[in-house]
Amino acid sequence: MAVNRDDGLLAAQERYARWLAWGTRSGVVLLVLAFILYVTGAVVPYVPIERLPELWHLPAAEYLHRTGIDPGWHGWARLIAHGDMLVLAAIALLIACSIFCLAGVVPVFWRRRERLLALVCLLQIAVLALAASGLLAR
Amino acid sequence: MSSHAFSAIQAAWWFWPLALFVVCFFLGIVAVPAGVGGGVLFVPIVAGFFPFHLDFVRGAGLLVALSGALAAGPRLFADGLANLRLALPPALIASVSSIAGAMVGLALPAAALQIALGLTILAILAIMASVRNTEYPEVTQSDPLAVALGLHGIYRDVHTGREHAWQAHRTPLGLALFVGIGIVAGMFGLGAGWANVPALNLVMGVPLKVAAGTSAFVISPAAALVYLNQGALLPIVAAPSIAGMMLGSLIGARLLHVVSATVVRRLVLALMLFAGVRTLAKGLGIWP
Repeated sequence: MAVNRDDGLLAAQERYARWLAWGTRSGVVLLVLAFILYVTGAVVPYVPIERLPELWHLPAAEYLHRTGIDPGWHGWARLIAHGDMLVLAAIALLIACSIFCLAGVVPVFWRRRERLLALVCLLQIAVLALAASGLLAR
Repeated sequence: MSSHAFSAIQAAWWFWPLALFVVCFFLGIVAVPAGVGGGVLFVPIVAGFFPFHLDFVRGAGLLVALSGALAAGPRLFADGLANLRLALPPALIASVSSIAGAMVGLALPAAALQIALGLTILAILAIMASVRNTEYPEVTQSDPLAVALGLHGIYRDVHTGREHAWQAHRTPLGLALFVGIGIVAGMFGLGAGWANVPALNLVMGVPLKVAAGTSAFVISPAAALVYLNQGALLPIVAAPSIAGMMLGSLIGARLLHVVSATVVRRLVLALMLFAGVRTLAKGLGIWP
């Protein structure tokens, strides 16, 4: 096994890895469960699954227009009671788990006076939050 | 089976997601021993041979690349093959530029994007076939930015048992490259391992294995969030892709010590060549 004698880094990496492992496992389990509920029809989808072959060759903007879904996270989040949107929510959680991991290592870097790296983490969280906010959606 | 019956099966909603799962499973198996991320194989192959719009393929491609990195992440840290301090600055830069790439990509007409994707895949193929990474690059002096960011460490090779102290250099140039890497990744939905590793290894002087391990954490989820909010993530495309690739990668990791990496890598490069030509021809309307 490789070693790295940088204790500050090891503490941050250990926390990041632990949170990442939990986040990824939870996200994948939720994704699989949501997908089963979706394809079996146990939770009724917003866009009927049989209709998809006539929609999936369209550009994303046209797909949203034809199905009446608004762009941005509020577009799919307000429809979360539907099977397809439940899958999107699980995907969003999976994508967002690195935000929580980054938030977890900020205090570690800060306590060790690695302010520049703590700042890089905070900036990364801000960028991801901006992307997640939907403010960039057309 | 008659062509009429096959056409009827193809028209059924379940046919293409099932085919996608099977293809991604096999892509996952070959991607690990070949040392490539799933996204760079997934996007051209699915864009070339499946009926989904390129927007949905690119969105799923980003998730495929990301899920592989997320799954492997904890193990890479535990084995000392990834360095968080090294990953954070390029990841921030690639995040910002991948958002820009995603927004440009979603605004471009599909045919133009298809042509650009085909050309990009062929260029990546050329890079992968020609670049020779260095196991332990020689770095005589670190630069001030690398020192400020603490981009150094000690890596112990499991095979030789020897410890190698390393430090990064040419950090501003290396970080500048991640602007372009992020744009390409966000625009085409590709993972960026093919570019991250040479940038970290050849430009910044990081040992090859540390560069390869750290590369997984430079893949940013920012572009995937843009695709999600622009409606470019279709559950019926994304979920089977992620599941197939993750399962295939588990098998691929077990085959790592059994199959010849060189043979698999050649197979993957041939696949990429075929898929790149197909994507380009589709964009040009030569092979619809």
